[in-house]
Amino acid sequence: MPDPFRVSPFIGFRTLFHKEVLRFWKVGFQTIAAPVLNALLFLLIFSHILERRVTVHGDVTYTAFLVPGLVMMSLLQNAFANSSSSLIQSKITGNILFVLLPPLSYRAFYAAYVLAALLRGLFVAIGVWLVSALLIQTPLAHPAWALTFAVLGGALLATFGLIAGIWADKFDQLAAFQNFLIMPLTMLSGVFYSIHSLPPLWQKISHFNPFFFMIDGLRHGFFGQSDTSPWLSLAVTGGCLAALAALTLALLARGYKLRG
Amino acid sequence: MSAPAIRISALTKRYGGVQALARIDLEIGQGEFFGLLGPNGAGKTTLISALAGLIRADSGALAVMGHDVVTDYRNARLKLGVVPQELVFDPFFTVREMLTFQSGYFGIRGNRGWIDEILHRLDLSSKADVNMRTLSGGMKRRVLVAQALVHRPPVIVLDEPTAGVDVELRQSLWQFVEQLNADGHTVVLTTHYLEEAQALCGRIAMMKAGRIVALDTTANLLSSVARKLKVRAGRPAAALALGGAAAGEWAEFAFDDPADIETLLARLREAGADVLEIAVGEPDLEQVFVEVMRRA
Repeated sequence: MPDPFRVSPFIGFRTLFHKEVLRFWKVGFQTIAAPVLNALLFLLIFSHILERRVTVHGDVTYTAFLVPGLVMMSLLQNAFANSSSSLIQSKITGNILFVLLPPLSYRAFYAAYVLAALLRGLFVAIGVWLVSALLIQTPLAHPAWALTFAVLGGALLATFGLIAGIWADKFDQLAAFQNFLIMPLTMLSGVFYSIHSLPPLWQKISHFNPFFFMIDGLRHGFFGQSDTSPWLSLAVTGGCLAALAALTLALLARGYKLRG
Repeated sequence: MSAPAIRISALTKRYGGVQALARIDLEIGQGEFFGLLGPNGAGKTTLISALAGLIRADSGALAVMGHDVVTDYRNARLKLGVVPQELVFDPFFTVREMLTFQSGYFGIRGNRGWIDEILHRLDLSSKADVNMRTLSGGMKRRVLVAQALVHRPPVIVLDEPTAGVDVELRQSLWQFVEQLNADGHTVVLTTHYLEEAQALCGRIAMMKAGRIVALDTTANLLSSVARKLKVRAGRPAAALALGGAAAGEWAEFAFDDPADIETLLARLREAGADVLEIAVGEPDLEQVFVEVMRRA
């Protein structure tokens, strides 16, 4: 029989990560298959309507252009949904107690929630990419860039979801985050268009939307072409992630809205 | 000398205008079966939450087995198992998954043997692979107890564990907890069932409005209230005239010394009360509780 007091903090992190992954895996139809289907519908409808009417980067077709946008949009939305919904459900049902009573550090808490949410986002993203291949083959010019933006973007939204989950006391407060912040920022980020097609003022406004840089960065990974420099996109995405991670860790260290 | 199981020093906590805990000082020795009683809002759950690190006290200190719950929280939490008052569960998982996760959160790997044992001892073995959602309230309560024990803590806090639980489960739960106490675990219990506290606890603290208003052994608390001689008389008016308190057909007389019984019966005979039946009522914790709360 193991000595119960020979413990390792890493096991605590690993267990919470495993639990969070199982939580979305057990309802995979809702958490993975449904978002993939949604993205496929977007692809079918928008590509059918706009394929010959919209020009984007040089020889890149509109349907091909759409694929990385939808991949990133799905990744970001699902990473946010996972961490935020898991946390608020635990808070409202009271079972957050089970992770507050053990000696889990706030860093382990952060890492487990964010990595599990990122993993769900990546599963959905890969699903969207694979399913889109039924319609169109998209090149992957710079896999390292694509992976970097996918991981950083997913981690950023997973972290943001954690903040929303910590802050919100009710499901409708969380829905407000999703409907009034995440959804508009995603839709206005260039998922469905190149910002070069926008009037100059809207092009400038788009540069204040971090989602634009994440999506544009992923497009660079796919096509080797993008609206802005991938290095600028990397700096913005990485900077936002670092800032939000620092804020989240500070909130967790204080026990804000978790430990009264 | 070994550290007390729980040491609480000058603990205060305020929620807005409400003083939830007002400079609480308390020590509970290792191996004790300790009762924490009080009306709703007395501060019992706040005290337990501070001990478990679920809330942060405004001032003061708490330690579990000598480990401060803030500065040495890892060791303090390893030594403490808490059964919460609310029937909380995670609807995504089975009983065994819940226990395995809880074990892992405490950093323990390969704990299957102990998990099987507590499942068996709490009569949960047949439910091990059943989803938490489908369990009855009593079964969910047992899982909460199992979760609190999964890391084999030397100090166990049960916050109203039998609220809304049927008699059979209460009996089996108390047998199990008594066995844990006999095995050396310190047990701290809050309950509104005072007869349970009286039967189980060696020492009791009573709280009111964030303060401890009584703290003593159960025996001393019980001896602090007078026992009662109950008399059913053919002429009740004569019995009541001697200072008896009416209780249905009976008149009740308080006494401290058993020798007082004979004196009282002689006076009743002299008064022509026509005594038909007598009974001696032992003091109970409810009497003590009512008296302490009235005075506090």
